[in-house]
Formats: sequence, C-alpha cells, structure tokens
Amino acid sequence: MKVKTFPHGIHPPEFKEFTAEKPLESLPPPEKVMIPLLQHFGKPAKSLVQKGDEVYLAQKIGEGQTLFSASVHSSVSGKVISVDDYNHPGGNPIPAVTITNDGQDREASEIEETKDPFSLSPDEIRQKVREAGVVGLGGAAFPTAVKLSPPKDKPIDTIILNGCECEPMLTSDFRLMLEAPDDILKGGELARIATGAERIIVGIEDNKKKAFEIFQEKIQNYTGEVALLKTKYPQGAEKNLIYALLRREVPKGGLPFDVGVIVQNVGTAKAIWEAVSRGKPLYERAISVSGHGIKEPKNILVRIGTPFKNVIEFCGGLNEDADILIMGGPMMGIAQWSLDVPVVKGTSGILAWSAPRPSLEYPCISCGRCIEDCPMALVPTQLAKYVKFDNFSAAEKWGVLDCVECGCCQYICPSKIPLVHWLRWGKEKIISLKKKKSV
Amino acid sequence: MADNTFIIQSSPHFKDKDSVPKIMYAVIASLVPATLTSLYFFRFKVLVMLLSCVAACLATETLFLWLRKKPLHSLCDGSAIITGILLAMTLPPSLSLELAVIGAVVAIAIGKQAFGGLGHNIFNPALVGRAFLQTAFPVAMTTWIPPVTLKINTATFATPLGNLKFQEALAQGTLTPIKDLFWGNIGGCLGETSAFALILGGLYLLSRRVIDWRIPLGILLSLTAFTGIFWLANPEKYASPLFHILAGGLLIGAFFMATDLVSSPITPLGTWIYALGIGVIVGLIRLFGGFAEGVMYSILFMNAFVPLLNRYSRPRILGERRKG
Repeated sequence: MKVKTFPHGIHPPEFKEFTAEKPLESLPPPEKVMIPLLQHFGKPAKSLVQKGDEVYLAQKIGEGQTLFSASVHSSVSGKVISVDDYNHPGGNPIPAVTITNDGQDREASEIEETKDPFSLSPDEIRQKVREAGVVGLGGAAFPTAVKLSPPKDKPIDTIILNGCECEPMLTSDFRLMLEAPDDILKGGELARIATGAERIIVGIEDNKKKAFEIFQEKIQNYTGEVALLKTKYPQGAEKNLIYALLRREVPKGGLPFDVGVIVQNVGTAKAIWEAVSRGKPLYERAISVSGHGIKEPKNILVRIGTPFKNVIEFCGGLNEDADILIMGGPMMGIAQWSLDVPVVKGTSGILAWSAPRPSLEYPCISCGRCIEDCPMALVPTQLAKYVKFDNFSAAEKWGVLDCVECGCCQYICPSKIPLVHWLRWGKEKIISLKKKKSV
Repeated sequence: MADNTFIIQSSPHFKDKDSVPKIMYAVIASLVPATLTSLYFFRFKVLVMLLSCVAACLATETLFLWLRKKPLHSLCDGSAIITGILLAMTLPPSLSLELAVIGAVVAIAIGKQAFGGLGHNIFNPALVGRAFLQTAFPVAMTTWIPPVTLKINTATFATPLGNLKFQEALAQGTLTPIKDLFWGNIGGCLGETSAFALILGGLYLLSRRVIDWRIPLGILLSLTAFTGIFWLANPEKYASPLFHILAGGLLIGAFFMATDLVSSPITPLGTWIYALGIGVIVGLIRLFGGFAEGVMYSILFMNAFVPLLNRYSRPRILGERRKG
C-alpha cells in the first residue's frame, strides 16, 4: 500500500512508547470540578445556573448563544458553589462554574436512546450535536455543529476522519481507534449524512499500523476507505491532510468547505455518535498524560473540569525534576504555570518533563531550513523580520495570516529564534488593526 | 518541585538539537580532508598560513565585538574560524604571512563586521578578503609554487588554468591530466588542489544538511553546460567541462564558498538562479575574461543579487492561486 503525505514538514522525536500500549482508564470523578464557560473557538456560553443550584450529571449549565459558540454541561452531579472567574489552561481567567461532586452521578432522566440514528435528517443530527456541546477534540475546539453546516453553495463530497495524531507523546486518539473503532466510524457516518457527503476517508499515520488494520476491516460496512499516511509532523494539520489524501489545496484564507471536504478528529467522531445515538453531552474526553516528568504515564478518560492536579496524582505524580507542564502536544500545546487548572474540551494531553536550559539566540544565518520545512510554504524568517520591524503590511502580503502555528520553523531553527512567537504576534496585530479600521 | 512554579514558554516546546555553533563546527570538520591534502602537498607552510589567518580573524572579530559593545561569546560560534580557514584555502602557498594577515583583517572588518556581524553580511567574508588581496597585490596573488610532490622547474610554474589560458596548453599538449587534478598533484591555492578531498568534505556537508544541495548542483550543471557547448564545438581550443570542474577553485567555491548560508539566497527558486548564475559567470571569465580563474568574482557578483533574489522569489503558499 502506498503511503501518502504532504511536502515539507519535520520529524520530531515521537515518544509515543510511554503510553501507546496503555488502554484507556477512567479517572474517578473528582470532588470538585471547575467547568469554564468558554472551552471552544468562539463566544463564551451564558451561565444557566447560580450559586447554590443542584445540578445533575450531563445537565446543560451554559448555553452557547451565537452560532460560533458551544454549550457546556455538568460533568458530575452535585451543588454549584460558585460562578466566577477561574484559571483556564488558555492562559486568561475565564468565568467557570464550580460544582462539588455528590458522587452519585445522578442524571436528570432515563437516557433516551435514539432508535435509528442513521435515519435522522441532517438538521436533526446537527441539532443533537449542537445540544451536546460537541467541539473539535483535536485541540482547536471548533464547534462541530458549525462544521457540519456547510454553506448551500459548497457541496461536500468527502468526510475525512483524522486519525493522524501527529503530535509527539499523544496516544489517546490511537487508543480510541483501537478501543472504539465502531463508534468512530458511526460518528463519521452521521457526519456524512449531515453534510450529504459521498464517502468517508480515515487517515492514519503509519506508526499506528494496528489501528490501520482494524479500520481497514471495519470500513467494509461503509462507503469509504482507510488511507495510510507517512509519519511526519504536521500530517494531521487540516490543510496538509486534505492535500495529502486528495491533492486538493484549500484556497488561501478559505476553509475545507471550499474544496468539498470536512475534517473531523476521530475523537470528535466518537463524540458525535454518542451525542446523536444517546444524547450524551461532551462532558468527558480521552487524554494522554505523558512525558518524562510523569511517574506513571497513562491514557485516561477524564471528566471535563477535573483539575490537572487530580489527573497528575492519578498518574503517580510528577517526577522531582519536572519543571514544564504542557496542555496539548509538545509542538502546539500551551505551557501551564499551575496544576490548578481544569481539563477542558480542547485538552488532548497533559505533559510534563524537565525542560532543557533555554539556548542562546543567534542572529538568523539564512540557512533556509524554516522555508524548507514550513508545511504552508511560507518564509518564516522573513515574516519574523517584517513583524519585528512593524512592517505589518509586508508581513500580510507574504502570508503571515496563513501561518498555522505548527512550530516546524522554530523546531528546526538552528539560531533558536522564537519564530512562532513573532508570527503569532504579527497575526494578532494585523487582525486587531483590521478590527480597528472596520470600527 | 513545588507547586505553581512551572516554566512558561511559547510553543513549540520541542527543539531540534542542531544549532549555529554545531553547523559552523561541521563546516570546519568538512574542511579537514582538504587541509590534510594541502599539508601533504605543500607541507609546513600550510599550517603556518592557516593558523595566522584564523588568529587574525579571531583577533579582528574580538576587536570589533568589543568596539560595538557586543557580547564576546559570539566568538565561540566558530564563524570567524571558518572565515580564516576559507581565506587561507584560497591563497597561494607562496604568499607572505603579512599579506595573509592583512587579508584576514579585511575579511572580518570589511567583509563581515562592517555589515553588522554574523548573519548580516552581504558578501562572503573570506572572498572579500581575497578580492582585496587580489586587487592590492596582484603579483603576489598569482605567483605559484609547485607542490613538493612535483619535481618541476619553479620559474615557469603555473596553475592548470593559467597553463590553459596563457601557455596554450591544449595546443602544446601540456594540459594537466584529469588524474592529477582529481587527487591534487597540481599547483594552485592551498585548498583547491585536491578535488577528491573537497568532494569528500562537500558530501559530508550535504549529508549533514548544512549546505543547500541546489547550490553545488546548480553551479556544476551550468558550468558543464556552458563549457560543454564550446568544448563540443571546438575541442582543440576549449578544455572539457570535466577539466573546468576539477581545476582551480570551482569545487571549493561550489561546496564551501557559494554555499555560505548567510550570503546565499533563502528561497529555493532564488537559490537555483544564484547557483546557475555563478556557473555561467565562471565559464564566461575562464573562457573569455582577462583572468585564468573566475570563481571568486562570480560568487561575489551573485552575492550582490541575493537580497533581490530573496525578495522576488517567494515560494507559492499552499492554497495560493498560481500566477498566470
């Protein structure tokens, strides 16, 4: 079988061996959960509860009011003790609902099983997905209902299920693919029905052959195929994945809709299935807890709102020398200052290790490696120079807004220039300048 | 580890192990074979020349860093050492040490630090030093001695290219055999004698991903094409492309000088234009110019175009509409 891939990209050390062979374990629900009202790309949800309220498991506690928003649900049953700003792994404090767990996991009513999920209309599927607060679980946390609503003039022909998991250290998607392949494919099938697509393609990197073989067999019952992809970072980046599988280029500034494609992470597909088939809201997710700094690395199923502290304790605690804590993967994850932050829908992993001493920054020696490796074919070093000297119009012309912040350039840079930081700064500056202009 | 005291940094959190000093020391390592063959052919003189050039480069670098109030640790990045070695490699073995030192000072002072130090120079510093010597001391820079392995009359000794250009070697049948060019049993600058040693070092740099493969390939291709056309048309008047590749400074230029990271383009298209341009200009100078050798000037000439090339050869972004 031919292995597909995209041009450029890098090969960072994988470190998947820490957790690849460890089945998902359920973390016992903690005594207290802090559930932020913003856990997705878009506007925060509006709180539906007040201090002192009794809530059930899976009860909606925050309403996503606009299109680009998502509802949040309680991940335990118990009592609301506050609705106030709380630490958020994104960096800034965000309003969050703190609930003490009564340990009963009481649900509001009997679970309503949908009799035949596949006979639902696209609108019904979208409605159930929206109601369940499902967002993309790959990390960006884009509201899934929005993704399943392509504009009328953009016909969709392919649903790509993203099982690349190209970030080093993360293995929870791999475990889901081994342990719940049917749920993933059923969720993919629902996405196919909701968008009127013709087929499903599951993309899996060739370091996960076991998952590939399972899907190869299971896909027989669906219209679609499983594709083996080269193990290369960032194989799972949406635009690169679409190019690798279909040789289609998402136009500059456009979305996968524009080339008739919708990409869903395999975990998201499972969440879609659970939401539609039995109305289960997204109140728990699979994550990898890994890295040299974790005593017993594990893959776990964790309730949203669980403090990192509980997660780390469940995994044996931190090693003495662990001094960096990351939410997400080592390439795109966010460094955390504290263990007192809650797991959110976008948390794909919690990693810890002992960070090497920051290396000296040298001037750019024009080696061109950042250009050779940029998956978007940008010129990171030149963009960084433009941003550094406030030449934002040139930076925009040279495509800084196309940067996906994958980190390849900074990973490879021998001068150790914080390229991603400069590019991110440039993007933010340009976007805020545009907003000012339009006001 | 106490709570709440983690390191905060911007992603990515993994970094490649390669660094500027590692790259520079790889370049130095890649020059070892050429240095050893040079030692074999010209003996002790080489060592003295190399050491004085490197010492002069380091001293000049230190002085300028101090004057510019820059941290002295950038001395350890190895770039000044490379300039010193490369300059020595391009000097005739008969050159006096004072001139070599002058060349080294000019290379660092005018070629590198005047532009702002590492990463900011437009021209290859070693070649700036050499160009200065060539212009200021033309006789000393074109007086050659034979390697000690050749028993030959020193009075009329010339490099293979000089022989070809000024002594009608092709007509007289005294053209240097390819075998001697390959192993290095010829006259010339310290580092341009043995093609074999240079290729060895170049291959190491390619495998280490230090230099861009497009540059040596582009230069070799365009020089082969250019000299090949004339050779096919009139083999009695023009030497073969293989002779042109192995003779003179072409290989050291293609693998070690034109590939200087700082003074070569960063974009793939720009790099191709730069490399092809160098090959053509070398051919032009060698076949029709006033000098026997043209590698130095062709590289410096194309260096000057690098900012322009970078500016107008931006790669097409994924998803960007193709032009035209």
